[in-house]
This record gives sequence, structure tokens and C-alpha cells, in this order.
Amino acid sequence: MAEPILGVSGLRKTFGALKVTDGVSLDLRPGEIHALIGPNGAGKSTLIHQICGSLAPDEGRVFFEGRDVTASTPAARARAGLGRTFQVSTVIPEFTALGHAMLAVQARQGTSFRFLRPVAGDRSLREPAMAALARVGLENRAHVPAAVLSHGERRRLEVALVLALGSKALLMDEPMAGMGSEGSRELTALLSELRREAPILMVEHDMDAVFALADRISVLVYGRIVATGTPDEIRRDPVVRQAYLGDEAS
Amino acid sequence: MPERSFVPSRGLVASLAVIALPLALALWASFAGETFYVTLATRIAILGLAATGLNLALGLGGLVSLGHAAFFGIGGYVAGIVASHAMEGTSVLGLPAISEMAYVWLLAAVAAGLFALVMGAISLRTSGVAFIMITLAFAQMIFYLAIAWPGYGGEDGLPITLRNGFFGLRTMRPMPFFLISFGALLFGLALFAVLKASRFGAALQAARQNGVRLASLGVEPFRIRLVAFVLSGMITALAGALYADLNRFVSPSMLSWHMSGELIVLVVLGGVGRLAGPLAGATLYVLLEHVLGGLTERWQFFLGLALLAVVLLGRGGLMSLLAPKGVRHG
Ligand SMILES: Nc1ncnc2c1ncn2[C@@H]1O[C@H](COP(=O)(O)OP(=O)(O)O)[C@@H](O)[C@H]1O
Ligand SMILES: [Mg+2]
Repeated sequence: MAEPILGVSGLRKTFGALKVTDGVSLDLRPGEIHALIGPNGAGKSTLIHQICGSLAPDEGRVFFEGRDVTASTPAARARAGLGRTFQVSTVIPEFTALGHAMLAVQARQGTSFRFLRPVAGDRSLREPAMAALARVGLENRAHVPAAVLSHGERRRLEVALVLALGSKALLMDEPMAGMGSEGSRELTALLSELRREAPILMVEHDMDAVFALADRISVLVYGRIVATGTPDEIRRDPVVRQAYLGDEAS
Repeated sequence: MPERSFVPSRGLVASLAVIALPLALALWASFAGETFYVTLATRIAILGLAATGLNLALGLGGLVSLGHAAFFGIGGYVAGIVASHAMEGTSVLGLPAISEMAYVWLLAAVAAGLFALVMGAISLRTSGVAFIMITLAFAQMIFYLAIAWPGYGGEDGLPITLRNGFFGLRTMRPMPFFLISFGALLFGLALFAVLKASRFGAALQAARQNGVRLASLGVEPFRIRLVAFVLSGMITALAGALYADLNRFVSPSMLSWHMSGELIVLVVLGGVGRLAGPLAGATLYVLLEHVLGGLTERWQFFLGLALLAVVLLGRGGLMSLLAPKGVRHG
């Protein structure tokens, strides 16, 4: 079995008396989509925040490519190659879709401390940025300010940004949320292809997407992982059926 | 492609008009023999430059600094201290006291840049009210230091007998001094425009609008803001050095929090983040002060009204009335 690119071990986080993350260990292997499912409030987003660094765990470690990144800032993890998309689309309101993608390209190049040359018309930024937008079907919306993009377009912009960044592994918090059925189908196809470039740890509520995409599924309930396995194993798991899947899995 | 067309935008025309105004005023006044108005135009240019410095932090970076008087005053005191040591023929902190503006500006920029580095490194770890208060506290420290230090005039301030020189120009004459100040203003504006359009400028504006998003791309918002804060302080210090030479006097009032507030007012009045906004604000401010200040001591009341009107009606300041803002970034 290939070495995991991302590993989490013994993560704990409490908010007051609430154990949001209660000893979570999991990993992400090259080429796979690992889906994290669980009821609302189970602590999925909180776990993603700890992995990407926007929230510090009380205990436990996060490893990326064999390095302990528990103390690294979100930006440092992103530079190391850990990309993320947000549960609620997080855009820069006055920037166009292209402006976002160009910013991601300059971030990838590490050239944000260049002070003289204008970004407008800079082909070394524009071309890779347009290519990333084209992969998510936003090339015709490149010049639209993010504040004006539709909800579904912002979801796709989130994906375009990690493409432009060239991340080595991706954390995605509910990428399908509010996408509509056609949008979900397109995004499912894109993510399925993407896993070979960058494995994906994905929180998702859309069970059709999860069972269509995931190589492995982990089920989080009250901050604990109650089961991990292939989609078939998870479908059959009696604990999971009782705790979470209910009729949906039948 | 819009960026290939050579039709000047309304914003550019408005900016050029605002920039040309002090020059036109000074030229007219010079020909008409009204030296007072040359000085008025010089004041506009210098305050416009000081506020342009602040605009980099406040307008592009969203950093509401209530401490920029520190940089303005540091620039002023460097000019005053160098000039006074040059008169006596003594050195300053082991450095030669050369009464040349280019040298004074360099020292002012370095001193203010170092102070901004310390101030920013601490204040930029916070945001909102805490950031405002920490920048204020740093400026107040320098303010009280200037008052308490008797060597350079203390509370009474430090007169500058002869303005610092500029490559043999007769800097004591109003018009040459105006042209030097106006040149510095143009330099500051060009720097602002270039930075705003650059990769750094894109990152800085992203840091203002959504720091979390910027960090998710691997760029530390803190570092971007710190560099912007230092550059901002250096530009404002350059203006401070000119201001001291203009008045041939520097006092702790240049360092007071009123001054910091005034700089914010200039930026907000003119248009936050707009190239010519601070200059537009400075122009209105100085003209209001001149016209109304002659009629009533309470002229600041009318300044307050103008500020209210601009903030409530114009939102984007004077510049947004002259030229509404278009879409940016790609
Ligand atoms: N910053 C916070 N402070 C206190 N409680 C929080 C905080 N963030 C999340 N929670 C709580 O932690 C629990 C898990 O939240 P979350 O991770 O968003 O769940 P999920 O993404 O699985 O729906 C919820 O009960 C939520 O109210
Ligand atoms: Mg969630």
C-alpha cells in the first residue's frame, strides 16, 4: 500500500464541554477520494479546520508528506501543497473570477512580493489562470466580479483555485452543497478525474456523490470515527446504518 | 480587450484633473505674484502626499492606522534635526549632518520604515479596534518623547533657520520649493499606482477583502500587510520632512493624534483606495480651511459637514462623485 500523503493521529478538540473531535485518526492515500460523512454537528468541518490549520487541536498531530505540520499556519500548509475549498464559498468580492485564479497562480509561483510589473495583461499569470477556469467551465465568466457570480459558479471557482494552485492533496468541505443536480454531476466527473492529480479528503452530504466517488468512506458521529471502509463495507455496516445512513443506504 | 484600448477612462481624467489643480494654482499664483497661494498649493501637495502614504495602508490594505502622525513627525524631526546640526556644523548620531533634502528624505524614510516595522510587527497581529489603539499608542509614545526631550525644542518645537537644500535650487523661494514638493507628490502617486497594479497590490487588496482566502492560497496576509505598512510609513515620512521644511519649523503637533486623525479624514474625504483620493481630500481640506478659516474660527464644523455628506452620500468620497468606480482585477 502506498504511503499516505496526509495523516491525522489522535486529534482532540473541545469547545467547552463539547468534544467536537474525540480522538480522530485517519489518512489519505495517493490517488484516492476519502469521503467523510456524518450527521450535522458531528464535527466534520471542525476536523477539516484542524487539518488545514485554521483551528489548533488540543491534542494530536497532523502529518503532510511525512512532515509534522501541526504547528504550521494555514498559508504554510497551502504552500506545502495542501489545498482546500470552503463549506461556504469564500471569495474576494471585488476580484473577478480571473483575478482570483491569477492570484492563485502568483501564489503558486511565490511571486506576491513583486512590486513593479502590472498584473493586468501578464500572460504568465493569465494563461494558467484561464486554463484553470476552463477546467471548471468558468472561462466565459472570467471577467465577472465574484460578488456577482452565482452560488454554483462560486463553488466551481473554489475548485478552479486549487487547480491553479497545483495542490498535492485537497480538503473539500461539502463541494456539492447547493450545486443543483446537473452541477453536481459535472463536479462529480471533475473530482473523479482530479483524484489522480491530487487525492481528496471530502466532507459531503450528497450520498449519491459520495457512493459514486469515494474509494473509502469514514463515518464521523459525535466527534468519533465509528467506521472506515469501502463504500460497500460502509453500506453493509450495521452500526453505520443505525447511527446515520438509515434508509438512504438501502 | 479593455486593457488594450487607449481611450482614457473617466477615472484617469478625474485623477489627472485633481493632480493638475495644485500645479495650476501655484503657476497662476506665481505669475500673479501671490506667493501666499504658492504656499497654499505646496501645503496641498505635501498633505496630499502624506495621505497618499496612508492610502496605501488604509485604502489598499484596509488598515485603519491612527498612528501615521508618528511617521509624519519622524520625517519632520529628521529634517529639523539635520538642518539644525548642519547649522552648528555637528554630526547626528555619528552621521554627517548634510543639509540636502535627498539625504534628509533618505534618513527620514529609513527611520520611519524601521519604526513602522516595529509598530506593524506588533499591531498587525491584531485587527479592528485593537489595531487602531496600538497604532495610536505607538504614535503617542513618540509624541511624549518629543515633548520630554529638551535637546530639540521639547514642547516649543524646533525652528529651521534655512530650509534644507536641493541640488543647488533656491529652496527658500516659494516656487522652487513648490516644484520639489509637487515632484515628491508625483513620485508618491506613481508609486501608489504601480504598487496597486502589481502582484503585491493584488495580494494586498485580497488581504483587505478576504484574508482567509489569501491564506488558503499560501500567502501570509500578515507579511503582505507588514510590507505595505512599512512602505506606507516611509511615504508619509517623506511628506513630513517636506512639511517641516515648508513651515521651517517642526513641533510635537506633527506627531499628535489630531494629525493622524486628519490624515484619515483626508483619505476618507477624497476616496479610500483611489489614486487621487487623498490629494482631492487634501485640496478640499486646505481650501476649506483657507476660505472658511478666514470667516469663522469654527471652520472645522463645516469640514465635519463636508465629511458627513461625503461619507453618507458619496460613500467612495470625492473621487467617486467625479468618477464612479469600475470593476478591477482581470
Ligand atoms: N467555534 C466554535 N465554538 C463553539 N462550538 C463550535 C464552534 N465551531 C463549531 N462548534 C460546534 O461544534 C459542533 C460541530 O460543528 P461542525 O464541525 O461545524 O459540524 P459538521 O460540519 O459536522 O456539521 C457543532 O455542535 C457546533 O455547534
Ligand atoms: Mg460542516
